[in-house]
Formats: sequence, structure tokens, C-alpha cells
Amino acid sequence: MAIDWTADVDAALREAQSARRPALLDFTAAPM
Amino acid sequence: MPIRIQVREKPQLMERFGVLWTPTVLLLDPSGTERHRIEGFLPANDFAGQLLLGLGHAAFAAKDWKEAQRRFRQVVDEFPDSDAAPEAQYWQGVARYKETNDASALKDTYRAFQTRYGDTAWAKKASVWGPPAA
Repeated sequence: MAIDWTADVDAALREAQSARRPALLDFTAAPM
Repeated sequence: MPIRIQVREKPQLMERFGVLWTPTVLLLDPSGTERHRIEGFLPANDFAGQLLLGLGHAAFAAKDWKEAQRRFRQVVDEFPDSDAAPEAQYWQGVARYKETNDASALKDTYRAFQTRYGDTAWAKKASVWGPPAA
């Protein structure tokens, strides 16, 4: 299953808060 | 809400979230409070177990005891050989106790550690819920 990642942290955290959903932050040094 | 941060492009976010190494995965509750942290690579099963454990901790922090128990039980049932499983077994008992205020939940958890995961640190933590030492 493909994951729809976003890179905009603050927008995603705002959306998570309004949707009452947890957020997953993946810190990576691997090429994207 | 999955967020991927390329640390070479945004190193300031490592400092903001106290990240010291990659890969690191954080699970934040809806308020933005960190509830679980996974540092370093894990095989798929262990990683999945850790993610579910994190969801259990987030539900626990929200005092959603039923959801917390469901997530912790899911770790033990679906990823019984993962490193997350003994911790999930411990917290499942605690969440049940918090929901019911019935100490038998803790005693049952102690007994569960007698048959599974008895050689883990979580079994030591649960040992206080067993009968007093003679």
C-alpha cells in the first residue's frame, strides 16, 4: 500500500489536530 | 497523517523535535505531543509492532482505555515475536485497570507474564502485581 507522504510539517500537524488524528514523522537521510 | 522529513533539506526540524539520528520515527498525538519514538532501523514486523504500540500509547494518553487496550492487544496478537509485544502486554493490563479500577487486571497481567515474555524487563515491572515474596 502506497503511503501519501507530505513534507509540509506545520500544515500536516494543523490538519492532524483538526481531524483529531495522530501524526507520523519520519526523519530520513535517504534520498527521496 | 504521514510526514517525511529529509534531514539534509530541513536540518532545523531535527533540532525542533530533538532528533539525533536517522532513521527516527515519531508518533505525535493530535495535539502535537510526542507519544512514541523509534530510533534506528527495524525489520518490518518489529516496526509495525512499534507503530501499533505508539497508537496504543496515544490512546492511553487520551484516556481512551478501550482503544488503548485494542491497540496493545493487536501488538501481542499480530506481532507476538516483536520487541514491542512484552511492553504491549504490560500496558494492555494497565489500560484495563485504568478502565475498570479492578486490581484483577494487574494480577491477570502478572500471570500472563508467567507464561509469556517472562524473561523481559516488562515481566520484572509486572512482578509487583504478583503474590508477595515469601
